[in-house]
Amino acid sequence: MEMPIPDMAVLSKKARIIERLQEVLPKSAVIHDEIETKAYECDALTAYKCPPLAAVLPSTTEDVAAVLKICHQENVPVVPRGAGTSLAGGALPTADSVILGTARMNQVLETDYDNRFIRVQTGRTNLSVTGAVEEEDFFYAPDPSSQLACAIAGNIAMNSGGAHCLKYGVTTNNLLGVKMVMMDGTIVDIGGAHLDSGGLDLLGVICGSEGQLGVVTEATLRILRKPEGARPVLMGFNDNEVAGACVADIIKAGVLPVAIEFMDRPCIEACEAFAKAGYPMCEALLIVEVEGSDAEIDEQLSVIMDIARKHNPVELREAKDADEAGRIWLGRKSAFGAMGQINDYMCLDGTIPVSSLPYVLKRIGEMSKDYGLDVANVFHAGDGNMHPLILFDANKPGDLELCEKLGADILRLCVEAGGCLTGEHGVGIEKRDLMFDQFSGDDLEAQMAVKDVFDPQWLLNPAKVFPLVASQSRRMQQVAAE
Amino acid sequence: MISPRTEAELAEAIASAKGTLCIRGGGTRPIGKPVIGEVLSTQGLSGIDLYEPGALTIVVKAGTPLAEVEAALAKENQRLPFEPMDHRSLLGTKGEPTIGGVAAANVSGPRRIQAGACRDYMLGVRFVDGTGTVVKNGGRVMKNVTGYDLVKLMAGSYGTLGVLSEISLKVLPQTDSQATVMLHNLSDHDAVKAMSAALGSPFEVSAAAHTPDIPGGGAVTMLRLEGFANSVSYRADQLKDVLASFGEISVEADQDKSAMIWKASRDVMGFQKADGDVWRISAKPTDAPDVATKLNASKLFYDWGGGLIWALVPRGNDVRAGLNGFEGHATLIRASEETRNKMAVFQPEPAPVAAISKGLRDRFDPHGILNTGLME
Repeated sequence: MEMPIPDMAVLSKKARIIERLQEVLPKSAVIHDEIETKAYECDALTAYKCPPLAAVLPSTTEDVAAVLKICHQENVPVVPRGAGTSLAGGALPTADSVILGTARMNQVLETDYDNRFIRVQTGRTNLSVTGAVEEEDFFYAPDPSSQLACAIAGNIAMNSGGAHCLKYGVTTNNLLGVKMVMMDGTIVDIGGAHLDSGGLDLLGVICGSEGQLGVVTEATLRILRKPEGARPVLMGFNDNEVAGACVADIIKAGVLPVAIEFMDRPCIEACEAFAKAGYPMCEALLIVEVEGSDAEIDEQLSVIMDIARKHNPVELREAKDADEAGRIWLGRKSAFGAMGQINDYMCLDGTIPVSSLPYVLKRIGEMSKDYGLDVANVFHAGDGNMHPLILFDANKPGDLELCEKLGADILRLCVEAGGCLTGEHGVGIEKRDLMFDQFSGDDLEAQMAVKDVFDPQWLLNPAKVFPLVASQSRRMQQVAAE
Repeated sequence: MISPRTEAELAEAIASAKGTLCIRGGGTRPIGKPVIGEVLSTQGLSGIDLYEPGALTIVVKAGTPLAEVEAALAKENQRLPFEPMDHRSLLGTKGEPTIGGVAAANVSGPRRIQAGACRDYMLGVRFVDGTGTVVKNGGRVMKNVTGYDLVKLMAGSYGTLGVLSEISLKVLPQTDSQATVMLHNLSDHDAVKAMSAALGSPFEVSAAAHTPDIPGGGAVTMLRLEGFANSVSYRADQLKDVLASFGEISVEADQDKSAMIWKASRDVMGFQKADGDVWRISAKPTDAPDVATKLNASKLFYDWGGGLIWALVPRGNDVRAGLNGFEGHATLIRASEETRNKMAVFQPEPAPVAAISKGLRDRFDPHGILNTGLME
């Protein structure tokens, strides 16, 4: 992926910039030597690396405001970073940029069970938000796979989802308010413990803006009471198309499972070899989970199993207890680890309408043959969020490039089928140059107009989301201004 | 009146507009500052483009009557989960509400507290901005983080950023059965406490409202349960335990009667014929009773577990004057044109936020022709 050429004017005044940052932050919060900045050279998209000019680790909203004010005055691009778990390169720096890390802002500020919200600093990890309210049997619903490590700041930037979105929605549906620092250092409060906006829904456009509109330092999040229980059922089919039809029939029947997970044969085989969860060897496997009291679960599962039986499953296994439930989930939860053991892999996350599932899976199979690279599919079938894993060998010259080309073709296929490039990982740099496959110039212009309003100098995470050629004139004005 | 029949005609009408435009769907929700300009109606843009019950998605043209959308969904035993309010009885308007109007005003009903707002179910939009440019954003899939979410920005923007031409929505299955659990004669404070306890239980309460004065005297606090019949009756029993300390509890298990309760709540029917201005206030639920006492209201109704206050107040008064620094927002929903011209209809924003809103309007509607001034 191409990144813009660093601004020489910024590089040449590095000493002054560091000095000014050290005036407003403790010494330990400004990282600028060559070895230490290497820790910030990439996120979870490790194929691309570039150490930043400096990295800062503020502890308060006021610290963030002070840092941004300086960077604004000095015309320095700022790349906000949560926990650095982005798979799309959302936190990849350029050599002339300052990384603004939220890691030291991890406090719980307020917990309110009567009004069902929690207010946290955004460096806090996703799982530890639930951890903070678990005692009272509450939880925070969005559950991305990286929830142990990923920060709320990044969840808001990417509008993260998870396995349970079918019932609980994604980050934007669970975010009530933010405290955000604008690029010029202005602090704004948007939303709060109350519902909806009294004017334009700015919160809605901030969520998912990939750190390009402001730095969110505090978040008010909706928390929910845990259901009484949850139980999965596992079903195997000898045909992808039949499994897809079964998903549609379950949804149409009026039961709303919390999760419907789908794995195809290559994925089942890899997981079985790795985790020995006792999965049947078949073409497609579904895990469907429902929630409620024991009696409610029984009732829902009986509806679901009746539907499954009509589709002639090769396996239909209901979890009778927590142990069996654990074993059903074991293979699915270790899918990525299992893949990682066999090969290097690239994980895509295009979304498609559930109705095009059989067609898209068939086409992916054909493309995989054409490219000579194996593709395993594991995904959230209820909401059409695919996770094709392309297997490749990073040590083999040309394999990464080939894999990226296949990945781009698969994402174009998702768009062609009526879906989109990314369901929950974000655009970052990874899908930036595919945006014209989904959007017209006018569509992108409307989005960039929003950034113009929030960040007129295009200093916040400027080389992400939009194709470089589309954002070129806007990004260059910061250089011209000097 | 301009009434385009296609998106291209809509774009042409806006591009060639000679003055300000008054954007109208069904004309049933005259909310906001009165707008001067030629009426641009979206009613010619009508029809369901795509409906996939198995994918829980529907794509409709903006001028499609809401009733047509709801009828199509009902045939497949599905519904709009956010339960949009019908403003006709409250505002004394006639006509057919359109799906575009629902989206442009982000209209939700009692289920908002559990399921989310209209904006939460909007997956994609097509719209024409103030220069006549057609823009699409989002799509028709439930999980989509490709680029900025302008869908949310369009929801509740009352036609001031662009005119919607098409909307994709996520829908959900209709539930089999419902019941309403009722508590009687609670003070507003105790009612909010009871609703908080119910909403904080694992029993999936799908609506929670409180009327301080029902016809004939007394107060009633209402909690709705929906789902399979067995599950509803199980949860009603469980809720009785949770709420035992709040006094006498009754359950309305008759399907039609329970449905009527929530239709009346959705449309704030208690305010229908009463004289006065109607304000709608979003607040933190536990703050709501104290906020309500400062409104000088002759009638109150709490929805969303207390988080939504409907207040009937004497004409021509800005209730915000008594609400110094409260956390939330107040909107004047029903008042004479004179009153709406006199005071802010929407909650005034702090300066830096107002600057962002103005900046967005200037970019999406640079000539200032789309429902100019409506959201002030």
